[in-house]
Amino acid sequence: MRKALLLPILGLFIGLTTQTHTADAPGGTLQKIKETKLITLGVRDSSAPFSYLDAQQKHTGYAIEVCLRIVAAVKKELNLPDIKVEMTSVTSATRIPLMANGTIDLECGSTTNNAERQKQVTFTNTHFLTASVFVAKKSANLKRIDDLKGKTVVSTAGSTNIVQLEKANAERKLGITVIPAKDHAEGLLMVETGRAAAFVMDDVIIAGLVAGAKDPGMFALGSEPFSRPEPYGIMLRKDDPAFKAIADRVTAEVFKKDGEALYKKWFLSPIPPKNINMNLALTPAMKKALANPSSNPDPASYAD
Amino acid sequence: MFSNFDFGEIWRALPFLFLDGMRFTLTLTFLATAGGILLGTVLALLRLSGGRAVSAIVAGYVNLMRSLPLLLVIFWFYFLVPYVGQWVMGAPRPIKVGGFTSALLTFTLFEAAYFSEIIRGGIQSIPNGQAAAAAALGLTHAQTMRYVILPQVFRTMLPVLLTQTIVLFQDTSLVYVLSLDDFLGVASKIAQRDGRLVELYLFAALVYFAISFCASQAARRLQSRVAIVR
Amino acid sequence: MNYHWNWGIFLEPSPEGNGTYGQMLLSGLWMTLQVSVLAWTLALCAGSCVGVVRSLPSAWARRLSDVWIEPLRNIPLLVQLFLWYFVLPELIPETWGDWLKQLPNAPFYNAVVGVGLFMSARVAVQVATGLAALPRGQMAAGLALGLTPGQTYRYVLLPMAFRVVLPPLTSELINTIKNTSVALTIGLAELTARARAVQEFSFQVFEAFAAATLGYLAINLLATLAMRLIERQARLPGYGKA
Repeated sequence: MRKALLLPILGLFIGLTTQTHTADAPGGTLQKIKETKLITLGVRDSSAPFSYLDAQQKHTGYAIEVCLRIVAAVKKELNLPDIKVEMTSVTSATRIPLMANGTIDLECGSTTNNAERQKQVTFTNTHFLTASVFVAKKSANLKRIDDLKGKTVVSTAGSTNIVQLEKANAERKLGITVIPAKDHAEGLLMVETGRAAAFVMDDVIIAGLVAGAKDPGMFALGSEPFSRPEPYGIMLRKDDPAFKAIADRVTAEVFKKDGEALYKKWFLSPIPPKNINMNLALTPAMKKALANPSSNPDPASYAD
Repeated sequence: MFSNFDFGEIWRALPFLFLDGMRFTLTLTFLATAGGILLGTVLALLRLSGGRAVSAIVAGYVNLMRSLPLLLVIFWFYFLVPYVGQWVMGAPRPIKVGGFTSALLTFTLFEAAYFSEIIRGGIQSIPNGQAAAAAALGLTHAQTMRYVILPQVFRTMLPVLLTQTIVLFQDTSLVYVLSLDDFLGVASKIAQRDGRLVELYLFAALVYFAISFCASQAARRLQSRVAIVR
Repeated sequence: MNYHWNWGIFLEPSPEGNGTYGQMLLSGLWMTLQVSVLAWTLALCAGSCVGVVRSLPSAWARRLSDVWIEPLRNIPLLVQLFLWYFVLPELIPETWGDWLKQLPNAPFYNAVVGVGLFMSARVAVQVATGLAALPRGQMAAGLALGLTPGQTYRYVLLPMAFRVVLPPLTSELINTIKNTSVALTIGLAELTARARAVQEFSFQVFEAFAAATLGYLAINLLATLAMRLIERQARLPGYGKA
């Protein structure tokens, strides 16, 4: 009986693993959109102001706006004005496998573009630069990473931040208990409710969450970052040069022409759902990134 | 202790909770139950009357599903099904499946294993004499199943099937891990957006309880009604 | 298929810096085992008590058992875990709530209590069914021998009832093991969660899930064999199917 149990999985595995690699041309995203007349955006529930839920439970944000520009260009390119746009919620942990298995075509959120991920997926031009930091309650008075020693610290499952936290924890022998959260909002709530001492995340995501919290004044950022500012990019499937070319062309145009206006709209003006203004000044590095669009995963290339 | 309790939060969330969330949950529950019972019946029949190899494969499938946590199976399917679709259909790229379809497929295939065990138990509980009598009357095996055995099985097993459906209804909450918009998913998204975990999780618990409790009372009442007196 | 298989991934070092990906999965397996054993112990103890109460002749006793069983049976386990983890500490006095939240390994205790209580309702129903299946004369005989009702339960009824319900209890034990996976939602680093972490760090989805699948099959096999051994040991000559 138990032997028979393994047969179905084994069969499936042999079947799948012996498949040869398909050529990419007929399997490309553009061809797929043309055939299905559908493009699926992977979006986030709590990555304000990049990709998040507004008061009507609809997804909105800076990255989604950029993605919709890409969609418009795709419609024009394929001469198919009636392509449907579908939005699928993803988390940090599900976005890469869902991109690989074709569930989503563009991931519009707050995904760090790094060399490690470039082995699985690819990215279009950088739309933001952010460093990994921790946030804690002001009353806890935590400043340096070493202050987290022996504490319970939360970070989002599948993010680059949790990897950086694990690495710092191992290298500095801090004995931190790392708890993975499903999404960013849950991470900050764990700190707010006292479940965790700190939440490790990108500074911009923390700023967005704290701005929307019940009492923004209760939180304080740590002074020591886990990383230098790293690029965010809209994620695409790997080995799909035709689709990447469109995305690169559109985002380059958008960032050069409207980049600062878009920045003003999402980072320097009140945004839904609570009409909070994040008030994040445009840094020289960010200004440079918008003027010189690049999808380079190396953080050093963005230094101002 | 309820000083911070904001009932208005639940009130504002109601349209999303029920029109989006509960609709997703109930649709998933009903479709997966229907599919699960259908496939479960086929599996049970194959296991009982198929050849040796067939019944071994079916048994393997049923036991595999029953030994794995549903959560792991949900992840497996969400990530794997598009590739399987590509492989089966010989498509040039993974087939886009989508959250709801993936969940429906997962629950149908997973719960079919449990339904098939219930139905198999039901078939085995019918005295052998009935099948013999049907055969003596000249009914084929298929006819015997169709007209004699299965109607009784569904009747006697109805309460158990309903109980399993209630379990399925509760299990659909696990699609929370995929960030889909089921009842709990919507509740948690609103809860996390507004920092109102206490209100929304308590309310979600209450709603799940009310529905499951009423349904299980109904199952209990059904049990005394449908019992076939032998 | 457009997927890069790498079965050697389990031998590669994980970014957590204290071993390989394979060791990550083993740590998850170990966590699943620990939580399962503790939750099952809790489920058996609480479930037996409630099952005994349920078997008492008084209607009030039955209602009392319903108050325990019905909420635990009719609310999804995931929601129950959220109630214990996120809601309970906010509803009790603040000092207790803070103490609960700052427990080291809070997800671990929460998982044990949450899964344990959830399963206790099921165990209670099984135990009550087992007790109801015993001939009434056993209670009477116990009392006639001068045993108190408590002693009769302890020495006569429960040992018999447990033997009757051993097979269904085996499947409830397996359910307990499977249900511990739900605790990944409150941050417990059990087997499914570790498989997910391997996927997130290494992007090798299917290798990680395949290993977790084998892990669960192995634990279940172990649990089934252990219960069968107990069944064989506990069999009474001349009672039940010999």
